[in-house]
This record gives sequence, structure tokens and C-alpha cells, in this order.
Amino acid sequence: MEMTKGLLAILMTAILTQNFVLAKFLGICPFLGVSKKLNTAVGMSAAVIFVMALATAVCYPINTLLESKDLSYLQTIVFILVIAALVQLVEIVLKKYIPSLYNALGIYLPLITTNCAVLGVVILNIDNGYNFAQSMFNSVGAGLGFMLAMVMFAGVRERMESCDVPKFMRGLPITLVAASLVSVSFLGFTGIVDNIFG
Amino acid sequence: MAEKKSLGKEFSKGLLAENPTLRLVLGTCPTLATTTSVTSALGMGLAASVVLVCSNIVISALRKVIPDKVRIPAYVVVIASFVTIVQMLVKAFAPELDEQLGVYLPLIVVNCIILGRAEAFASKNPVLASAVDGLGMGVGFTAALFLMGAVREILGAGSFAGISIPVLSGNPMLIFILPPGGFFVYGILMATANRIAESRGKPRAELRGCEACPMASSCKLNKRETESEGASVESKEAAN
Repeated sequence: MEMTKGLLAILMTAILTQNFVLAKFLGICPFLGVSKKLNTAVGMSAAVIFVMALATAVCYPINTLLESKDLSYLQTIVFILVIAALVQLVEIVLKKYIPSLYNALGIYLPLITTNCAVLGVVILNIDNGYNFAQSMFNSVGAGLGFMLAMVMFAGVRERMESCDVPKFMRGLPITLVAASLVSVSFLGFTGIVDNIFG
Repeated sequence: MAEKKSLGKEFSKGLLAENPTLRLVLGTCPTLATTTSVTSALGMGLAASVVLVCSNIVISALRKVIPDKVRIPAYVVVIASFVTIVQMLVKAFAPELDEQLGVYLPLIVVNCIILGRAEAFASKNPVLASAVDGLGMGVGFTAALFLMGAVREILGAGSFAGISIPVLSGNPMLIFILPPGGFFVYGILMATANRIAESRGKPRAELRGCEACPMASSCKLNKRETESEGASVESKEAAN
């Protein structure tokens, strides 16, 4: 019971209070670039959840191996290469065996290799000293949080299209200010998770 | 002499005309995350600049050796090695900075400025020009981070580089060092940069994430979007 509570707390923290995009600023490029339309936002975030969970599952044993051989300084190099190779592999496997999933997620996969959110979640899991179950919950939570932020923001941007914005604020500046307001709303969750699950 | 002049140009373009943060909109993650204080902003800028210059030099020197097909993984290995070196140096000599930057220090690996410059400049130009290009971009990145860090620390904490400012420190606007303040200050700074650029007859900053992104050639998202936009324009015309 205590353990499930801890895992749920990690999941909810990753989704709400420590949201990857709005509180940790990881994965800002896709957040600003791919959130113009709702369907691309959903597709991109589904691919991110998938890759994050997979990358964590693969990198966790690799990290244990590196630490046992006293090679933990190689973490950065090893992880980025593992993630890049993994994404390529997933692309090939999906294309061959599950074409329907490939059609839905395939175009987003190459983008994710250089997405700092994926490498970020792997490194954060290690920095926080999470065990395997905790790491997986944190990764899925981070991915779900990314999806929540993307979908919400896609809605905000669709509304913003019809607004009369001052000339110099048009385009990116107003998008960033809108992101700031969405981020304020997420500040409201601070403390809630600790009080419910803590 | 002519060469000297062009090197000066390579350097100065990174500062203003092609400032990576405010004009090219690259490297947004560290820009937002590490500018809560002047010190961490400067630390991040310096660390990224060192990696940028070193990786530009090495990639430029190896540009004829690296086969075209595996160039991106090869660049990533070079960049990751320098990031590891910088990480170890910071841990050894500036442990406080390491604590402030945290996960964002290893994440310099996926900073699009560095991979973007490797792909767009260092892979096509000689060593010296690439080094100067890296230095210019690094200084431009550091300057933009410093500016944002200064605004956020002065307004949000009432201090500058850790030294408290008499009147402001009494009642700081905490929101500016919280995440929303990062987005807000970045938006306002970009609007200001647009205003200045327009008064000089330059185009405004747009999110060129896809064009500037080193993965652009292998990514089909961009193509599909332009295609669907083209299709929707056609269908509109047909409706008219």
C-alpha cells in the first residue's frame, strides 16, 4: 500500500507539479513548434510517451552496468547514443510489423532523438536515485504531463489565432506570454500532490 | 586582409543579426531554465560556448573524414565527449554551479544551437572560420542569457549576481524567478528584439525550429504540414 502510494505520488508530481514543459522547461521546441494543431500535438506527445518509457526501460539496466564497472562518467555519451539507436530501431520495427502504429507515430520519431525531454527524464531518474518501478512511473508521468501541456496549449493557440495582438507581439512573443499564463495555472497544483499522497 | 574582415563578420553575426536565442529561436530549453539568476545564466552560457567552440573545431577538422550518412551520430559523439569534459571540470572546480545547473549541464548535448552549427557551418567550412563562428554564437547565446538572467533576478529576487539591491530586495516579485516568469520575460525580450529588427528593416524572428533543426532532412513532419497547407489553400480556392 505504502509503495503504491509512493509510485502514485511520483506519477502525479511528474504530471502536475513538476510538469516537464511548464515547470522544467524540457521539450520546449516541440511544445512551441508542433502545438499549432490538436492532432499533431496528440501524435507527437504519444510518440514522446512511448519513447520515454522505452528509453528508461533500456537505460536503467545500462546505468546499473556502468555503475558496477565504475564508468558512470560515460553516462551522457552512452545514453544519447542508446536513445538515438533505440529510436531508429523502433522506427524500423514499427514500419515492418505494426504499420498502423508507424503511420500514426512514425513521422514524429526522428524529431525525438534530439528532444531534451527524453534524455532529461533518463538523467533525472538517476539523479533522483529512483529504482526501476519508480523510474518507469516517473517517465510515463513526464510523458503524460508533456501530453497534457501540449493538448492544453494547442487549444489556447487555436483561440489565439482570432485575437487582435499588438504588432510586435505577434507570432512567437505572444505564444510565449500565453505559455507563461498556462504555466501560472499549473503553479496552482503546488503542494496538492504532497498533501494527497504524501 | 579580406579574410580577416570575413572572420570578423562570422563573429559579429552571432551577436546580433543571427543571435541564436533571440533571432534564430534555438536552445530555448536552457534559456528558460537556467536564467533564474545572473550567475547560473552566465555559467550556462560559458559552458555551452566552450562546448560549441571545441566541437565546431573538431567537427570542422574531421569534415572530410566523416561519411555523410552517419554524420549526425558522429557529431553527437563529438559533442557528448566535450559535454562530459565540461561536466567534469564544472563538478571539480565550481560545484555550486553544478548544483544550480543540475540536469541542464549534461543536456547541453541536445542543445540545438550546437548540433545546428555543426550541421550548418562547421561541416562546410575550414577550422578557423568554424572556431570563430562558434565563438560568436557562444558569446551571443551568453549575452542573451545574461540579459534574461539580469531581468529575472532583479525583478524576481531583488538582487544582481547575488548582491541585493536596497529598495527592490524588500518586496521582490517572486513570479519572475518561477517558471511562468521565464516564458514571460523571454516573450517580451523577443518582442523588443523584433521591434529593433523592424526599425532596421530586418525580418522578425519566427520559429524556424524546423528549418534550423539538424533533423530537418530526415523529418517528414515539415513536408507533410506544408503539403496539407497547400491542399487546404487549393480547396479554399476551389470553393471560391
